[in-house]
Amino acid sequence: MAEANLLATGRTRQGSLEPSSSFQGLILALQQYWASWGCVLLQPYDMEVGAGTFHPATTLRALGPKPWNAAYVQPSRRPKDGRYGENPNRLQHYYQFQVILKPSPPDIQDLYLNSLKAIGIDSKLHDIRFVEDDWESPTLGAWGLGWECWCDGMEVSQFTYFQQVAGLECAPVSGELTYGLERLAMYVQGVDNVYALNFNGGAGDKKVTYGDVFLQAEQEYSRHNFEFADTAMLFEQFKMAEAACQKYLADGWADGKKERHRMALPAYDQCIKASHVFNLLDARGVISVTERQSYILRVRDLAKACGAAWLKTEAGGA
Amino acid sequence: MPDLLLEFLSEEIPARMQARAADDLKKLVTERLVAAGLVYEGAKAFATPRRLALSVHGVLAHQPDLKEERKGPKVGAPEQAIAGFLRAAGLKSIDEAKVQPDKKGDFYVALIEKAGKPALDVITEMMPEIVRSFPWPKSMRWGSGKLTWVRPLHSIIATFGPETEEPDIVAFSVDGVTAGNETRGHRFMAPASFKVRRFADYVASLEKAKVMLDPARRADTIRADAKNLAFAQGFELVEDEGLLAEVAGLVEWPVTLMGSFDKAFLAIPGEVIRATIRTNQKCFVLRDPQTAKLVNKFILVANIEASDGGKAIVAGNERVIRARLSDAKFFYDTDLKTKLEGRLPKFDGIVFHEELGTQAERIARIVALAKELAPLVKADPKKAARAAQLCKTDLLTDVVGEFPELQGLMGKYYAEAQGEDEAVAHACEDHYKPKGPDDLVPGDPVSIAVALADKIDTLVGFWAIDERPTGSKDPYALRRAALGVIRIILDNTLRLSLESIIFKELGGREVHRAMPEENWPKGHEKLSVIEQGDQLRKIVTAELLDFLADRLKVQLREQGARHDLVDAVFALEGRDDLLLIVRRVEALGKFLDTDDGKNLLAGVKRASNILRIEEKKDGKSYASAPDAKKLTAPEEKALAAAIAAVKKEASAAIAKEDFAAAMSAMAKLRPFVDAFFEKVTVNVDDKALRENRLMLLNEIREATRAVADFSKIEG
Repeated sequence: MAEANLLATGRTRQGSLEPSSSFQGLILALQQYWASWGCVLLQPYDMEVGAGTFHPATTLRALGPKPWNAAYVQPSRRPKDGRYGENPNRLQHYYQFQVILKPSPPDIQDLYLNSLKAIGIDSKLHDIRFVEDDWESPTLGAWGLGWECWCDGMEVSQFTYFQQVAGLECAPVSGELTYGLERLAMYVQGVDNVYALNFNGGAGDKKVTYGDVFLQAEQEYSRHNFEFADTAMLFEQFKMAEAACQKYLADGWADGKKERHRMALPAYDQCIKASHVFNLLDARGVISVTERQSYILRVRDLAKACGAAWLKTEAGGA
Repeated sequence: MPDLLLEFLSEEIPARMQARAADDLKKLVTERLVAAGLVYEGAKAFATPRRLALSVHGVLAHQPDLKEERKGPKVGAPEQAIAGFLRAAGLKSIDEAKVQPDKKGDFYVALIEKAGKPALDVITEMMPEIVRSFPWPKSMRWGSGKLTWVRPLHSIIATFGPETEEPDIVAFSVDGVTAGNETRGHRFMAPASFKVRRFADYVASLEKAKVMLDPARRADTIRADAKNLAFAQGFELVEDEGLLAEVAGLVEWPVTLMGSFDKAFLAIPGEVIRATIRTNQKCFVLRDPQTAKLVNKFILVANIEASDGGKAIVAGNERVIRARLSDAKFFYDTDLKTKLEGRLPKFDGIVFHEELGTQAERIARIVALAKELAPLVKADPKKAARAAQLCKTDLLTDVVGEFPELQGLMGKYYAEAQGEDEAVAHACEDHYKPKGPDDLVPGDPVSIAVALADKIDTLVGFWAIDERPTGSKDPYALRRAALGVIRIILDNTLRLSLESIIFKELGGREVHRAMPEENWPKGHEKLSVIEQGDQLRKIVTAELLDFLADRLKVQLREQGARHDLVDAVFALEGRDDLLLIVRRVEALGKFLDTDDGKNLLAGVKRASNILRIEEKKDGKSYASAPDAKKLTAPEEKALAAAIAAVKKEASAAIAKEDFAAAMSAMAKLRPFVDAFFEKVTVNVDDKALRENRLMLLNEIREATRAVADFSKIEG
């Protein structure tokens, strides 16, 4: 059989690409679905972020008047959630599948439900529910209303209508869908331990599990995040990123009138950096409760300034 | 008469907001109808996860005509005033106005008649504003629109008409959503749209389309189905009305199913299992009716009749619950590995309140106070101190971190597990009590000592930094703490001098109070810094006692005690012994129910009134002892003798805290007081005699003050 035909039937030389039998198959199915709907299919952002929302394709593109529809996988790092590979559900590095639709289309709920169908979750057989869950990101100065989406009692996605990002009103409003890929894959594959997920869909000795790919990384990074991350360096990096962000924001104005900004994206990179460094410091337990709040506020100030600068760029609608 | 039907179909409305929103819709619409003169026979509002609906039946079809008289200027008023009046009243010439006389002369009066409009027009006009200003606790925008609603609003039904005819559509639209007569059924089971006419067929069509409109019916269905499922297997549902209401707000078509989990999880405390299953999964737990212990089953409520009869749904929920219980078991097992006292050092790094120090400092204070209070409440000081030391440690356990509502209870379990004394373990849980007006009060001495120490430490701490509840703001739940102290003392009949306890507690603290000069006692500037500090602490102690007294008053009144009796007792000194205050109020109430009591009260009041008037007139006080030599009339001699005897008897009774006996002693005064007022004139010309008699009246007042300030009693 020709390669193309194999793919079309969901089979490969190595095994199955059905979402119910492989992690990558699940990702491909979601990408296929949202790409054919008309989303720009992006690749992950090349920086460490805590969630898909931090990707400038969401944070910054949610601001300003221009329509924008994008979908992408985003590796997400939550240093504090590491469990040395010993917890079957918690990871310090995991994947989110992120969809942003701006303005949110009137049939966005149906689009979402159809995406579940595309990965094999039939709404005639399963109990799918939209349960209140309002979203707020103190570091991004962002909030929205929406739900956690439940499938048979399991939270499989978050669904948010952005009302504010970087302290700025969102008009039009973006609809954001975030699928927790590992959890969703565990559900459709019917496994209870994330490390047992079939990654490539292969059978027998061709099978590669999630554990084969990531268990060592979880152990090493847990060690790093909790015990060894160089806090002196990290404190320094936080200051440097903060200063760099402020500097790029100040230097990015086209002229003294401050009507055009030319470096919103590089400045925002430093905001992302500061946020991740803060998460690492937090995981190392070197930030006290009172200091914690002030670090969050410092990152938020950067995010707000980046958002304001973004609105003075071409893509921001200036 | 016509009926109005409204439905707002939206994306999923948070369960906790539905009931209130239905009430608000009913109120907004009916209030506006009535304000427009459109009375109605009845109205019912409903909510489901996706819709808000309202039926108003028997509405007037037509607004009544409005007749209004508008008063204008005086006849002969300047041209301008008349022209303005004509404009405002809509008259063409002044001949159309009537002339009416008034005290000040003749005035023009315009009779304005406004023809009533058809109800349909009135409703059409009022609807957009109702939609735009709907009071959702949190609302949002969506897409490119400006309208706000709790979640995106998709369609509106608005029909109006009599039962016998095809109703009209109330033709309005808000930001692109146009009212009509169509809706949709259940999201998954009957998503097609259909037309409706009025409430009766609307409800019936929804039912066919797998939507139960009435939340009460959904809740009843779930309750009945859950009980039946449990009963069929020999179990009993652990009822949970809060959860039931929430679950009824998460489904349009409840389908109740039963699942199970591994029996091994039953090793975890039942409360932890229940909290896990309830909080995270919104499922009910079941128990064995014989042992009252949880069984390894749960009830889930789905929103769909699945094509496989629910097998996949049950299997899915079981997997999630297994994972959740694994987490809970992991937390519980991990918690058990660390002794409670091993967690204490962590409190050094946790701030309780910026101005009140760390949790570690707070715990040290509670330990010291609990030890001190222990002998007063018949508790073993060692056990009280141990319990106080451990009672907050469960806050740092994983289970409490996950389920804060289990604080205290987990402390008890962990204390028991590490072999603590039973009284110590129970105090870990019970020292939080009473958590509210309906909660139980701790009864074991060790729990009492720790509960009082905890609450008094909190109250004293916040009073010291001048952080008190104001109006509806009480962020540190200080009223609850005060009421807790009161109830613990009264329910356990404890005798405590709160004044000295509070003063002593303030001793180790810095007191912040900006005190205006006039609030200081005289001569304070001559005091040393230490003495001034003591003065300040005395003042703060008095303030906190006042607060406790106020809470006690509220409590006594809520229990039905007469507020004037409460005031009469509070007017006396010694308000720091709450138990005595309550006993006095009780004895006083009983005494005043007797004839002796009523008549004595009348006599004392008469004496007080005369004194008040004469003291004011003379500008001096008669609060001193009368001269026995100046007593002339036999009735006043008898009265003086009686007062002396009664005083002695009453004070002896009061020393024994026998207030009933003190009251009976008082009662003996009654015939002497009555005779005195009957035979003796107070305001005689002889100045010395008059003054002596006024002093005798004062004696009556003083004698009765041993039990209460009678002047504060009504009647």
